[in-house]
Formats: sequence, structure tokens, C-alpha cells
Amino acid sequence: MGEFKVHRVRFFDYMPSGIRALAFNRDTERMAVARMDGSVEIFHCSDRFFQEKIIPGREQCGIEGLSWVGERLFSAGLNGGITEYDLTNQKVKYTIDAYGGPIWTITGNQQGTHLAVGCEDGTVKLFEVNEDKIQFERNLDRQKSRIVSLSWHPSGSKIAAGMMDMIQIFNVETGHSIHRMLADRGVGTSRSKECVVWSVVYLSDGTIVSGDSVGMVKLWDDQTGTLIKSHNVTKCDVLALSVSQNEDSLVAGTSEGTVVQFQFVSMVLGKDDNEWVRTRTFKNHTHDIRAVAEITTAVVSGGMDAQLVVKPLLDKIEVRSAASALRKIHFPHRRLVFCARKSGLMLFQYPGHLELWRLGESEGKGIPGSSLFVKRNPEKLLHLKVKGEDHIRCSAVSPCGEWIVYSTASSLRLYRLHCDNNNVSITKISKLPKVLSSANQLCFSSDSSHLFSASTQSSVHIVSLSQSGCKFVGTLKPKSGSHQAIHLLAASEDGEWLASANSDHEVHIYNLQTRKAHCTVPVYSSAVTAMGIHATTNCLFMMYADQQMCEYSIEQKQYTDWSRTVQRKGLHRLWMERDTPCLNVMFNPQNPSHVILHDTYMLCIIDQSLPLPDDKTQFYNQLTLKSLTEEQRKSHSHAFKVCKTFKDILCVELISDQSLVVVERPLEDVATQLPAPIKQKKFAT
Amino acid sequence: MGVTFSVLLMEDSGVVMPVSADVLRVLSATDSEPVVLFCCGAVRFLDSLLASPQQPIEDVLTEDEIIRWSTIIKAEHQLVILFSTEQRGEHCLYVQRFNPNTLMKHRFETEPGFSAPINFSATCRGSNIHLLYLYLNGSVYESVLPFRSSSTGAEVVQALSRSLCLSLPLGEEKLMSGAAVVLDEAHVAVVGFPHPSAGACKDYLCIWNTHFQTLQACKEMAGRIYSQLWCYSGKLYVPHGKMLSVIPFDCQKSSLAAAMGKQKQTSQSAECSFVTSWTSQSCTDVTQTTEIKSRMSTRNNIKSALTVDQLIQHIKTSAVEDVQAEVGEFIRRTPQADLQLAAGRVALELVSRSQTDANFYPQCAFLLLLETRYLCYSVCPELLSLAMVKKDFHLCQIAFQIFSDIPEAVTCACLKTILSTPDLEMETVNLDTDSVIFMKELTRAQSRSDEEGGQLNGFCPPALESDVSDTPSNKLQRDPLALDTSCPVGLHKGALLNEVLQTAYSDRSLLPHLKDLTVPQVIVFLQYLRFLYFKYSHDAHKQIRALRTPSISQIIDWVCLLLDAHFTVLAVAPEAKRLVFDLHKFVRSQVKLYAELGKIEGSLQVLKNSKQSEDFGMYAIHVIELF
Repeated sequence: MGEFKVHRVRFFDYMPSGIRALAFNRDTERMAVARMDGSVEIFHCSDRFFQEKIIPGREQCGIEGLSWVGERLFSAGLNGGITEYDLTNQKVKYTIDAYGGPIWTITGNQQGTHLAVGCEDGTVKLFEVNEDKIQFERNLDRQKSRIVSLSWHPSGSKIAAGMMDMIQIFNVETGHSIHRMLADRGVGTSRSKECVVWSVVYLSDGTIVSGDSVGMVKLWDDQTGTLIKSHNVTKCDVLALSVSQNEDSLVAGTSEGTVVQFQFVSMVLGKDDNEWVRTRTFKNHTHDIRAVAEITTAVVSGGMDAQLVVKPLLDKIEVRSAASALRKIHFPHRRLVFCARKSGLMLFQYPGHLELWRLGESEGKGIPGSSLFVKRNPEKLLHLKVKGEDHIRCSAVSPCGEWIVYSTASSLRLYRLHCDNNNVSITKISKLPKVLSSANQLCFSSDSSHLFSASTQSSVHIVSLSQSGCKFVGTLKPKSGSHQAIHLLAASEDGEWLASANSDHEVHIYNLQTRKAHCTVPVYSSAVTAMGIHATTNCLFMMYADQQMCEYSIEQKQYTDWSRTVQRKGLHRLWMERDTPCLNVMFNPQNPSHVILHDTYMLCIIDQSLPLPDDKTQFYNQLTLKSLTEEQRKSHSHAFKVCKTFKDILCVELISDQSLVVVERPLEDVATQLPAPIKQKKFAT
Repeated sequence: MGVTFSVLLMEDSGVVMPVSADVLRVLSATDSEPVVLFCCGAVRFLDSLLASPQQPIEDVLTEDEIIRWSTIIKAEHQLVILFSTEQRGEHCLYVQRFNPNTLMKHRFETEPGFSAPINFSATCRGSNIHLLYLYLNGSVYESVLPFRSSSTGAEVVQALSRSLCLSLPLGEEKLMSGAAVVLDEAHVAVVGFPHPSAGACKDYLCIWNTHFQTLQACKEMAGRIYSQLWCYSGKLYVPHGKMLSVIPFDCQKSSLAAAMGKQKQTSQSAECSFVTSWTSQSCTDVTQTTEIKSRMSTRNNIKSALTVDQLIQHIKTSAVEDVQAEVGEFIRRTPQADLQLAAGRVALELVSRSQTDANFYPQCAFLLLLETRYLCYSVCPELLSLAMVKKDFHLCQIAFQIFSDIPEAVTCACLKTILSTPDLEMETVNLDTDSVIFMKELTRAQSRSDEEGGQLNGFCPPALESDVSDTPSNKLQRDPLALDTSCPVGLHKGALLNEVLQTAYSDRSLLPHLKDLTVPQVIVFLQYLRFLYFKYSHDAHKQIRALRTPSISQIIDWVCLLLDAHFTVLAVAPEAKRLVFDLHKFVRSQVKLYAELGKIEGSLQVLKNSKQSEDFGMYAIHVIELF
């Protein structure tokens, strides 16, 4: 069917940042994840954990806690400020200082009226949540040591606070401490070290659960202030606790990388005197677990090893499906690599800088499966540091390789690249039009003459680029609908059409000649993860988070016949069970029926001229086909040609000389760059 | 059966149906309409013929063309009629298909001298008809006809493509008739042809395996066989003398192992497993070449070369020395292809004379014949038992090395003889030097390692240390090596036992025969096996270069079999107690050793896997292909 030359790139040193905090919103089924670099991500738990929104972080902003209040998200960190996020436009809404030194924890009450933060200076500060802001209300009785963890009683009348060596229970009304419970220090040498109560959970029946640095999960009675029971979970620290909604299950994350589950079950069958019993242990992390959250059917955990692990609780799952499989999310669901197709350049987006590389060249031809002699090694042309403290939100390189653009939350910068032989220089384009102050997504037209910048309210600004500079041309606005930020842009090859997708699953198509909205693709229940406009047919090919695919004819404003056939026949089971979203859609100019897709584990070419596989067909059939003759292949081949040669793929791009660029980031390489985990005795070491 | 039945019915009902042409046969297959075949070759369904008896019948055959054979075949709800015709020495096959009605004509390839196929057998397999036909020269050919006609009536009469699937051996007598019938895809039953080794008497029913060209089974029929044979639903019907024998048969899935005797070990080296069946050569070729050869030799040298027949005549009468010389000369001069056929006959003749004449035992001739490697056990079954009776262990040894199809019963009988023969008597026998050297080295390696006073591989079985308390005997006895410093049997007996260990067998057939061994024999054999096992465990045999040595798995298999066959005896017999106990201790320590090795293997595997991960650095340009 086809031979491809593949540039296999592994020099993109992308390092995911460790996970610091998790907050689950049961009403919207969204999981908020805060990372060490200050970024906040929103995952949609019922849409295959698609990473819907990313709010980039900034230097020196260590988030320590996250809390939902209704549909509003707040964070607090060691810089002493409380931040509210604008989730519609995916940026920080405001930050106010709590004036209590570094903040270790933040939590909102169930009523949605107040936020409590625990500060380094020993105060628990209450903030009233107003319509558009939060307002400091008062301090609870100040303590001698820092407040490490907080938990509201579901009634909102009491707060439990974990501190150094003790737990305090406050009456919210009076602000006075009701009980003081001392946590034991460890035995032996650790006797001299303080016991840090890393996490507390206040249950509605008055039980307080604490996890501490001695490795104990302890249960306390808030009436008497006494210890009910203690479980020694680990020799290291218990860093995080989370309780299920109906308070029958509790998970604890440890610095050994294990998650321990406790369940509230009766010890004698049929009797009602339930007890907390340690039931299961999961080990899916190599490093400290800094945050756990028990959601409806699974335990989500994250920590220093930067992966988000979704471990389904099989006793809560009725049907085995893709949702019931263990899911590990290593890489962002956005593109971090962009290729200048016509000039063989690659742009790597790091949080604080951009790198521009030129691909190497090969010599001679090779048989399939071989590697070619590399005549010229790839070369780093540019290292562009971001001005200011904000991290990069999005970036792009033009297909001709002449323009580079990036945007942070506060600024957008456009550069012109001059490449003559070995001298590379860039000039910053000054005097940008005012509309280009910041962008949610950036994209160049295929002839590199225009820049599209996704802005607030789902609008797209068009800027024309020329030798002299750039000029604002117009703004594309959707006819109606949501104002969610755009996360995907796709321009057609002929410069006629532009498609935009936002996090409300809306896909708008604009006519670039008239600069008017052309049509809207019917909204599907799952998020668009990748899309592309076909070069010759002008059909928009979309991939969704639930692994469905659609092809929409822009000119006819309807789904194509092929797309309808796919929907009618359904996709193969093995295709649907993949657990990473497709992140790029490309088209093979030499064969218009070929659509090239990729996810983290595979590269796939869909040949629309071939029959679709049904569930009886062997789906991964490349090895079988390889062993057959040309004649026999015809009867055995189907539309999905999956290549599993590559793994941990960040990006696949087809460049203009028909070769593919595959950017891999092997997880082993990531693991070697992580800090050392807690030392544990392993067998045979 | 069906034919006569339908005719009777018609006569009973008194209906007389004059039709416009001569009816040859009414053919019927089960659950389908009977078909009337006319002498002129035309075909009508019986019902349509009864509906209008006077319908015109066309002439398909030319005037002097006569139908010799016809049959009907039904499969996939489709009927096909086959009939063969003869016209002035030319033989043709007609294939009549229905819906649409097509008639195909094929010409049988003629062979000079044997123009006519004498017998046909047609079966349906898959979507093809397999037609098997027999010529008087013993050739059985197979032609494959598609069930559904694909050609659009091209009027060119093509020769029927055929493949030779069997060449039956011919006796001296001129054959007049014979019959062959297909039993399944690999088996053919034949009457009228002589048994390959039973001499001139041809009243045998033989079942041949066409895959491996071997005689699968045979049955002597009393009285003359009329060269007729039928096969219906798993039974063969053979008229002979004044009887009709009905023989139920069962064709087992044919495999080379079943055809050649049970070839269990796969590690047999090529030199000892070379057995060729004498039937694989086409008989016509052989007879022709021998004729030419004999003519040529008469012209050149009248005295020297004998034909097979002449040699056989000589064997019947001449003295031992003359026979041996003649056999030697015959083997030297006969071409390989002819020898393949002749060796078996000569050996048979020699054996039969030796059996009747006590003084006649041409050992050299037997050895020469064995060396040709054209003999196998099935060709001359009596040879091995004759050698045993004569206590010719040398011949036995060579036969064990060469024959790969010795039945388990014979293997056990030989084993019994070897074990019961005293060592003293055995030592005088001249044996294959290689095997004796192996035994010598094996015992010598033992004594050498004893002299050095250490164990060769440094392994100290851990189990033995823990057993100190329950064996209060002295230290020397606790060491399994020290227990068995000497080989329990003589060198020659050991060499012969090694040959037995290397024969092919299937354990289920061997087990009942193994039970025939007496208790002392079992114990001696087990002692010897234990000796080998200890030796092998200590790697002593690795230093010895020998062509044929029993493998460790063969030894362990035999130990298992022997323990299995004589479990109760070994449990009860007091003299076996020590032996079994030591064996158990050693096996236990070995099991522990291998468990440890398993752990090491696991660790090494991890190391290997970690190294294997593809490492091409940071950048590479690959070529991939998608299909």
C-alpha cells in the first residue's frame, strides 16, 4: 500500500510536570488537576478523561490546593494568593492575597458559601464566596504552627485542621477550637521529627480521618476528641486522602506510590455496626502520590511521576467497557510539536521556551524495516525564551517556516525567521494589531499568508502577513452559541475555509473569502480531539474523544456518505477500546482516500476506498498482510492500517516530501529524568 | 444392489417398458433419482424415461465403442456419471454432468504393453472427483476431475491428466486381473497383486498407504481371489474361493510415524534414521533397467553379475560361504535403485533358509545387506528375532541402529535377552567399536573424577545435607556418586542397552511388554539407567566423542517407564529399596537445582530484555511499509 520514510525524533525533551492537587466536581463530572508548574487542567471524566482545558502556569506559582465551589474553581499556593480561574476563556480570573504567608490548603464548604484556607502563620482564614469575587471574612483562632490540611464538616459548622503533631477541630461560628487531638510521632530516630498531618477528611457522622507523615491513617471521634482506630499503612508518609460521596469508601495515597483503600463495612454479616476496614492496595505510581480523588466508579491519583492514573473500582462497574480499564494519562491532549511542512522545520513548545529544529537528511534508499544512513543530522536552529513569567499557551510555525508565533496568557509574539545557509536570525514583529494581545489557539494559512488567532468568545482574528509586517484583516464570529475558548483550528489547503472547535464541542466553519460563518457541524456529545480539512474534497475530518470519527462535507453542509457508513456499521471494538485520543489528522496528497491519524501508541492510515472492518475481522492485520502475496492481500485488507512500530508518540506530521515525522517521548526517558523515588527494598537488588 | 431392486419392482408390477435404445445399466445413488445409461452412451433420468418411453435416444458413442465400466457419484446434490469406453484399443473416460447437461470426454494415456486400465474406483472428496485406476503393470494412477464442469464444451478430447500414486510390486507370474478400491485419501485396498514379501502367492488383500508408499495391512484369503473388491460403509467385500468375506476396516489418520513405526524421538540424527521404502521406486523402471542391465552384463561378463532371481535360487541351495560371497558381489554390482527392491527379497530368502537350516547362518551377508540401509524391520521382520535366537548381538546392534520401525514387543524381547545374557558371554561378542569406546570412556571418566576426589561441576546437592539425620549410614553412602562407582553391567551389555535406549517407541505400546521383565532384570536395568543418569548429571559424557549416545531425556523417559511398569514390584522387592531411595534422593536434589536455575534464568531474561529495547539514539530515519 505504501512505503514511508519516517524521521524518528526523540530529542524533544518534554517533561510533564508533577501533579500536586486534584479536585473533582461531581455535578459536572470534571476533574481539575494542578501541577507543580502552576498549570491547571480540566479533564472530563465521563468523556474518556479528555483534557478539555489547560490553563498554563507561571514561574514561581506553586499551587498547593484546588477547590471547586459550584462550577467555579479556586486554587491557593505558596505565593500566598488565592486564584480564581476563568474556565470559559481558560485563564486566571484574579488573584487576591490572603496575607497569611504561604497557603498550604484550600477547601470550600458544601454549601458553596465559604472558602477556608490554611496558612503558614497558623491561621485558618474564611473567605465569603460572592457573585464575582471572594471576600475575606475572618480568621479562626490562630494556632502556633502552620495549617497543613483542612476539611469542612458536611454541615459547614465545623472545620478539622491538620497541623504539625496535632489536629484541631474548630467551631466555624465562634472560631474557637473545640478539640485538640495529638498525633503520635514515629518511633526510634523519627521520634525527634514532627509528625505532619498531611491530610484530613471530616465525615458527616463526626469521624475525622487523618493521614500523617508517620504512615498512619487514623480515625478520630469529634465528640470526645479521641482516637478510634489507627491503621499503619506505610513506613513513609500518607500524603493524600479522599472519601467517596456516600462515605463508604476512603482512599489514601502514600509516598511509596501506593493507593490504599478502606471500606466502611460491617464486620458481622447482616449487622449494622460498620467499621473502616483496609481492603485493597493499588500500586500504579513509581513516586509520591500527592493527590487522590475517589470519583463515581474509580480512584484517580496523581503525584511526582506526573501521570494521572484512573483506577476503576471494579465492584462499582456493571459492564466491562473502555471505561472500566486502567487509564494512565502521560501526555497532554494538545499538540506540543508543530511542523513547517514545506521546509522541514519542527517547533517544540516547552512551558518556558520554544525550540526550532531542522530535520536531518538521509542518503539512498532502504527496504522497509531498515534505517537509512543519516547524511545530515538534525540541527537546533533556535531557542526562544519567553518574556515574562507566564508559560506558553499556544504556538505555531508557518508551513513555509518563515513565521513563528506564540502566545501566553498576557502577550502574543510574532517572529520572522531569516535563514540563509547557516545563519539563522529572527526579528520580532513590533506593532502588532491590538486584537493580537493574546490567543487561545494559533494557526497559519497553508500559503503562510495569514495568521488565525483564536480569541475570546469563540471568535477568530485574521491577520495578513507580508514582508513589511502584519495587518489586521477581520474577525470571524460564530453566529451564536457558546463562548468557550477554541482549542483547535484547521485551515483548508486552498485558503477557502477555516474550522474552529471549542470545548463545548461546537465546530464552526467559516468562509475566508466572505469572512462569514459558513455553517456549524452538528454538535456531538464528545469533544473534538483533532480535525483537518481535506486538500481536494474540502471535507472536514474530525476525531472525537470517544474514538468516533466523522467526515463532514463543507460544501454540501452534510456528513459524507463514507461518514454515514462508518456510523451505521460502527467502528471495530479494538479501535474503540484505545485509551488515548487521536491528536492529528493529515491527508496523503498522493492518495486522496488516505487519512492519517495518530494517538500515543499508534499511527494509522485509513484508506476510505477499502471496506470497513467488522468485529469478526482481524483488526491489527499488518503482520498477516505482510506474509501474504499481493493478490491475497486484496481480500484480507481493510480500511484501518495500523502501525504499532512507534510508541509514546507526541506528534506525527506528514511533510511535503511524503515523509513522516514521528516525535516520540519514551516514558523510560521521562522516568530517568524524574527525581529519585523513595528508596525501597526490591527483590534481587 | 439398487439396480436389481428397481428392475424387480418393475417386473413385479408387470409393466414392460419398451424403449428405443438398448439399456446398459440403471444407476442410482442414495436419495436421488435413478439414471438410465444406454449402450450408446446416452443418459436419461428414469422418471423422464418412464414418462415418455419412446423418446428418441441420441448416439453419443461411435459404433464400435463399448462401455467397459460405469459409476454414479453424488455429492452436493449433484449427480455425475462416469463411464469408460474402449474402441480399437483406445480407452476413453466420459464424464456426464447434469444441470446443465454436459458430457466431457477424456482420453486415457496409453502405456505400451498395458493399454487398458483394468479397474476403476471413484470417490468424491471436497469439490472434486478422485478417480483411481489400476493398470496390469501394477501402476495405480489418480486423476482429479472437478465436480462442476467449468469448460464450455470444447470439443477437443484431452488426455486425462494423471498422477502415479502407487506402484504395486509384481510377482513372477503374469497377472491377468486385479482390483483396487479407495478407502480414504491415503489408503487403497488391492487384490490380485502379490504380497511384496510373501512370494508368489497372490491371494492377499493388501491395504497400501499411498502417502508413504507403505503396506499398511494385509490379509491372506483362502482360495482364489476373483479380482473383485467392493467397499461399502466401512466394510470391504472380497469374494474368494467359494466365500465372500466381509472385512470391516478402519483407516487411522495416516502419519509418517504410523507408516514407519513409531518415531517418537525427533532428535535422531540423519545417519541412523535413513530408511527408504522399496516401493517408492516405480516397478516398471526397475524391471526395465534390470533387463537392460542383464543383457549388457551377459555381453560383457557372463560369470559375475547375478540377477535377483538367480541369487535367490543360489541362496536356496549353496553353502554359507558361497552365498555370502555372492551376496557381497551382488550388492557391489547392482545399481542402487535396483538394490532397494532386491535387498528385501534377498534378506527374506536368507532368513527363511537360516530358519529351516540350523547350520546356515550367513552373518556377513546380513551385515552387508544392513549396511545398504535398504532394509527395515517391516521388510524382513524375522531377521531380528533370528539374530536373537543365534545370539548374534553384533547384528542386533546394527539392526537397532538402522531399523527405525522395530515394534515395541520386539524391542522388549531383545531387551530381555540382553539383560538375561551373562556379562562374560557378552564380552566376547564383537560389537560396534564406537559404542564400546563410549562405554569405556564413561566408566573411565568416573574413576578419574574419583581419583581427583572432587565433583566435576562443583555442585553439591543441598537436599543431601538435610537428609543426614534420616540416613544413619556412613558418609560415603550418602553421596550418590560414591554409591555407584562402578557400572552395574559389563561394557558390551551397556553398549547394547544404549542401543535399546535409542530406539523409537511409543510408551503406551511399550508399557505392557516392559512388564514381562523379571525382577532381577528390572533392577539391573534400573541400576544401569541410574548409573547413566548420574553420569550425565555430572556432565561426564560431554567429554566423550561418540556418534551415537543416548540423550538424557531418553534415559529419563526409560526410568519413568520402568518405574511405571514395575511400580509394585519395586515398592515390595527388598533389593530394590536402596536403589529407589538413592534415585529419589538424587532426583529431588536435581529438582531443587533446576528450581534455582529457573530463578537465575528469570533474572537473566530480565537483563536480556532490558538490553533488547531498541536503541537508536535521539534520531533516525526509518523506512516503514503499510499494507
